[in-house]
Amino acid sequence: MCGSGGAGVMTAANMFLDAAAEAGYYALFGRSSGPQIRGGEAAALVRLGVDPITSVDDTFDIMLAIDWQGVQRFAAELPLSKNSLVICDPSAGDVPEVYVKTGAKIVHLHMKDLAKEIPGGRPNMIALGAIAELIGIPVGPLTEVLGKSLKKKRADAYEASVAGVKAGAAAAATLTGSKRLAPAKAKDAKRWTVTGNYGAGLGAIRGGVRFCAAYPITPATEVLEYLSSALPKVGGVFVQAEDELASINMCLGASYGGEASITATAGPGLSLMTEGLGLAVASETPVVVVDVQRVGPSTGIATKCEQSDLNIAVYGLHGDAPHVVVAPNSVGDCIFTTQWGVYLAESLQTACLVMSDQALGQSRAIIDAPADVAFVGKRLQAEAPAEGEVFKRYANTASGISPMPVPGQDGCQYTSDGLEHTETGTPSSQSSDHTLQLDKRQRKLTGFDYGNHWATIEGEGDIAVITWGSCTGAAREAVERARADGVNAKLISLRLISPIRPQHMADALKGVKKILVVEQSHLGQFTRYLRGEYDLPAKPEALSRPGPLPMRPGEIHARLLSMGK
Amino acid sequence: MSSCDSTATYSAKDFKSEVKPVWCPGCGDYAVLSSITKAFADLGLKPHETSVVSGIGCSSRIPAYTNTYGIHSIHGRALAVGQGLKLARPDLTVLVAGGDGDGFSIGGNHFLHACRRNVDLTYIVMDNRVYGMTKGQPSPTTESDWDASAMAPPGGTGMTPFHPLAIALAAGANFIARGFSGDPNGTAQIIAEAIRHPGFSFVAIMSPCITFREEQREWKNTMRSVNIEPTTDPAQAARRLMTDDGFNCGVLYRGNRSSYGKEKKASHAVADLDREFTL
Repeated sequence: MCGSGGAGVMTAANMFLDAAAEAGYYALFGRSSGPQIRGGEAAALVRLGVDPITSVDDTFDIMLAIDWQGVQRFAAELPLSKNSLVICDPSAGDVPEVYVKTGAKIVHLHMKDLAKEIPGGRPNMIALGAIAELIGIPVGPLTEVLGKSLKKKRADAYEASVAGVKAGAAAAATLTGSKRLAPAKAKDAKRWTVTGNYGAGLGAIRGGVRFCAAYPITPATEVLEYLSSALPKVGGVFVQAEDELASINMCLGASYGGEASITATAGPGLSLMTEGLGLAVASETPVVVVDVQRVGPSTGIATKCEQSDLNIAVYGLHGDAPHVVVAPNSVGDCIFTTQWGVYLAESLQTACLVMSDQALGQSRAIIDAPADVAFVGKRLQAEAPAEGEVFKRYANTASGISPMPVPGQDGCQYTSDGLEHTETGTPSSQSSDHTLQLDKRQRKLTGFDYGNHWATIEGEGDIAVITWGSCTGAAREAVERARADGVNAKLISLRLISPIRPQHMADALKGVKKILVVEQSHLGQFTRYLRGEYDLPAKPEALSRPGPLPMRPGEIHARLLSMGK
Repeated sequence: MSSCDSTATYSAKDFKSEVKPVWCPGCGDYAVLSSITKAFADLGLKPHETSVVSGIGCSSRIPAYTNTYGIHSIHGRALAVGQGLKLARPDLTVLVAGGDGDGFSIGGNHFLHACRRNVDLTYIVMDNRVYGMTKGQPSPTTESDWDASAMAPPGGTGMTPFHPLAIALAAGANFIARGFSGDPNGTAQIIAEAIRHPGFSFVAIMSPCITFREEQREWKNTMRSVNIEPTTDPAQAARRLMTDDGFNCGVLYRGNRSSYGKEKKASHAVADLDREFTL
């Protein structure tokens, strides 16, 4: 669904999603917009289904254009085929050539005129009713959704919207050429509607976060929006910092004080935070940073997705600075992976980067209610030393994790320091202290039990598709399609990017003869990372290209078929 | 180590650690360290409920020389770290300390916003108008014509020195004072008053670096205590700050803004947050 700013595309699409959810469907709703702050063209990209959806499809079945203003700029993001249906308003002018030449069937819906006949009527509600009718979502769930969002606040708007939806549905009844949704399956569990960014915020709180300092940045701002209202409810603190340098360092101060802390940002902000992350590593202060990746380098394309912050996440800190990097691989997984990230940071007393991306963060999904898992961050608590003994904050323990006191605890005072230090925390420039602390900070990460969460592994086959982040959904769908074509592949989506899990990876790749790496980076950062860090049984083929276009199942499927020959 | 006796009182010496400072002989910072620990003791604070936070530089080494909880963070970020700590742990006494380069150059933005935000902590800047740790470059408070440095251009930087107190006032600091390391008792009193005052308290302490600014030995003759009543009127404070010669020591401004931050109070259980997402 697309249209110019103010046409109400996003409003209608959100209501559409609510109604589909009400009717028992799963959905994935991504958005595409230009750089304009308000207004400008926008497209709501929705996929519905009877089973959970984690990927975009190759083409859209229906494109509904309320108007054509600026919409050709989205052409590459709105792939159509000759089987697609384009619904447009003749009063909005001719269909742009780029869509005509797809061979899609073009039909007219007089949205503007129909809206005019209703007092207070709006074309987006006509569009909403029409689409619902075409694919088989009954008017009942739609009016219910309108009631929830409008009835109390604005009775007149509610009446006008219901009338608009009904008029749109009636008009669409005469249109043909659309696929209809299969009947929804019975709901066997509660369902949720969540965006990746809100999910990350919720996961953080579930993991124990009670402090967030952050600076607004697209496309991470919704994480902060969520936390700014949710944190105070659970007794936490949210601060808007003056910049990302302040964000990360405020988080470190709060974390030193005993509160699990988080900030969220995107590439430019992460660049500014790297010095602070180094302090977290050296001073062994837990902190979590959610990086909602966007197209880089520099300001890049702020509103669109790319997986090109991998290098800075893994290698961006100066010095030998081992830390944790995790990545959610679906919208719903932003909840779990962020929660897990908090747990890891707190358990390991280090920095953990949660590498989300725009396609996960700003997409809204209808999912099965996520389990409330038990990962709540807990630090190894310190005890005051015996009389006459000195407290060793950076004690060289077998696990590498040293007990960490909370200020206020008598007898455990220490100075947290980015200077290399002795076991007590006293600054030291001696090689023996440096080596001891480096070993300790490395050991605590490599020796930790990350369980089975290091990767999502699905299927069996002699081809492995290794991927991460928002490419996972498309890779999963491609693997399923390939299986239907007789080519068996195994999906490995890495959730724990760093530290590496050599044994787990070797086990997962047993019997695998060919590897395809799927990622959204021009340099092939993930492919290089895997080749550099892992001992792979075969030289991987790479399907890697930059954003902002999402990886689609069809192209991965085609590659799998050619590899399976 | 101290016992868990909550009624125990602590002397200034109890607030000092065994770690030997890296400072040069004659550095003003030794006396500032003594003033800080004296102020802590005079206020009846406990080392484990007190925290000293710093960035990077000569004076920023100070946390390790105290026996409180401390953070020696990164260059310029002391105030960010200190504010985070205080907001997370309002029960602690937080003192942020550092030098003029750390606070006004690389950390200048945080200084402005810390004044505006008005978190209840005390910020001490040991101002020697030079970068000591890197061996003598001009800092934001260096006189514009000072050129006795390998890195300063002949005739000096030509840049107007930063006026920390006036800028603090303009940015909204709630307490503004100047001290001198050569008067440790007077400075201890000022620091104690700064800690007691709610909101963001800023204390600039003139602390000579006789290694790179030999001429600062003269400060002992020029710095003077002023026994004037601190004003609560920003306009009067501005006049006072803009007309003094930089040698007046004492509490110059005492504002009445309330501190940043609300009381932390949970109204929901974490599980209640699920409701927003449940269909």
